[in-house]
Amino acid sequence: MIARRLGWVALGGLVLLLPRLVYEGLALDILTWALFATALDILLGYTGLLSFGHAAFFGAGAYASGLLALRGSVPYPVNAVAGALVAGALSVPLLYLAVRRRGIYFAMITLAFAQMIYYIINEWRGLTGGENGVQGVPRVLVGGLDLSNLTMFYYVTVPLVAVGMWVCWRIVHSPFGRVLMAIRENEVRARSLGYPVDRYKLLSAVLSCTLSGFAGGIYVIAHRFVALETVHWITSGTVVMMVLLGGMETTLGPAVGAALVLLLRDILSTWTDAWGVATGAIFVAVILVFRRGIVGTLQQLMQSRLHAALESAPRRPDEATPVSR
Amino acid sequence: MPVLQTKGLAIDFRGFRALAGVDLRVEAGVIHAIIGPNGAGKTTLFNLLSGLLRPTEGHILFENREITGWPAHAIVHLGLARSFQITSIFPHLSLLDNIRLARQSGTPLGYYFWLPETVLHRFDQDARTILESVGLAEAAGKPAQELSYGQKRALEIALTLALQPRMLLLDEPTAGLGVEDISRVVALIRQVARTRTVVLVEHNMGVVAALSDRITVLQRDAPSGRPAGVVW
Ligand SMILES: Nc1ncnc2c1ncn2[C@@H]1O[C@H](COP(=O)(O)OP(=O)(O)OP(=O)(O)O)[C@@H](O)[C@H]1O
Ligand SMILES: [Mg+2]
Repeated sequence: MIARRLGWVALGGLVLLLPRLVYEGLALDILTWALFATALDILLGYTGLLSFGHAAFFGAGAYASGLLALRGSVPYPVNAVAGALVAGALSVPLLYLAVRRRGIYFAMITLAFAQMIYYIINEWRGLTGGENGVQGVPRVLVGGLDLSNLTMFYYVTVPLVAVGMWVCWRIVHSPFGRVLMAIRENEVRARSLGYPVDRYKLLSAVLSCTLSGFAGGIYVIAHRFVALETVHWITSGTVVMMVLLGGMETTLGPAVGAALVLLLRDILSTWTDAWGVATGAIFVAVILVFRRGIVGTLQQLMQSRLHAALESAPRRPDEATPVSR
Repeated sequence: MPVLQTKGLAIDFRGFRALAGVDLRVEAGVIHAIIGPNGAGKTTLFNLLSGLLRPTEGHILFENREITGWPAHAIVHLGLARSFQITSIFPHLSLLDNIRLARQSGTPLGYYFWLPETVLHRFDQDARTILESVGLAEAAGKPAQELSYGQKRALEIALTLALQPRMLLLDEPTAGLGVEDISRVVALIRQVARTRTVVLVEHNMGVVAALSDRITVLQRDAPSGRPAGVVW
């Protein structure tokens, strides 16, 4: 387990050095999208529901946070937290309807709702600026400290994202998380054991959307503006791709996926305008080789090695090892 | 007074009437067998009683309470639990985790997303006792999918027992088992039936004869093409 500790220290070091390895804007994008993707995975990986409308909640968080900062002078990170709450509140009525549907119907309903939100934001020009989005968002910390220096903003944001990711981790590794896994594994049996499955799915969705809204709330302050594109369905697709690429149902997979997609986009877009196509092709190739995403597949490999090692060693008969797929 | 009663229970699957006019009465404390040919609708009846399906017609009363149309999770919390003919477990979770999930469902813990999952260790002693009673103590830490067929059938029953229901619906608990496993399951059913009512769907007549106090035959009435429930 020393290896694990070292791994965390290395990761911490990498996160702290990130603004020196890539430019600060990209480093911040990696942080926010990592949180967004991890939040989506609560629903996608751990609950087994494919949301194709998470842009709406990321966007709702971004618009709410940005507008509060711009018009209400609400400081960071209070505005981001408020954005999270707005996204969470918005998700209740929408997902209440969606969780009653399964499989592709769930994905379609979430997509339809996200499109609806897109049109509302586009039409409500007085509040949202329509196609122009919300611009000139101030970046001020609680207590009045000016954060226009992006490096400083990055280091203020690191602990916020860390807390957000920890909350995601806590949720899926709680008694509640256990029920989500049960629902994903065998919904009928979960119902027959007395779990009101729809209620659990709704709570899972609302938590996922709230945390996505938090990511959006950070994103808008980092960029100092939010564009209508943020709520476009392409955003929903991108975050799903990040989770699949990095590995569903892994602690760091979604974050790895987010970093990879953003880095690829950054590198490829200097070479070609068709970076979207190139990213897509790489996505397909990676998924074909790494069925469970990069982190998921690596984990599986390591586990089977560990298993082989344990098989050869004498084993205690009823050791209760946690099992994950 | 019967604990469980159905009146004129019927269900259609897209125009196909799988069950019609089922009047079942199950008295408290008995082992009540339901027998009938394949496709008679025994499993469908259990699906109706446990709330997984809604009847097209008729009523279901459990302990004098009308539960027709109640959702499955609510019926379980009244103390009426069922097992499945086709094994229905959580394959990627360990046996302990499977049983913990059943024990957890009677508490509000399932909503506590802010607590570590280690709080579920409070059910471990219970869970091990239950696993032991079905002969699975040794395998407690294994993922359920690694069990043999017979062991999976045992886990299926254990999951239902872990709910500590007042009434148990067992759908072919001995299906596909070897002689030894069958006698173990028979002994287990006899033991759990001491404190609860059991409804048992079974094709093995030896098991039915050994266990049941009452028998209901469910069969399709060939001449009129109408299925009917017959009580002896
Ligand atoms: N969900 C469903 N949709 C359509 N038809 C169904 C459904 N469930 C059951 N049936 C049909 O209803 C009839 C009764 O099925 P059921 O499984 O209840 O029989 P059974 O008595 O349990 O049989 P077996 O002894 O083989 O387990 C069958 O003809 C079956 O095909
Ligand atoms: Mg059957």
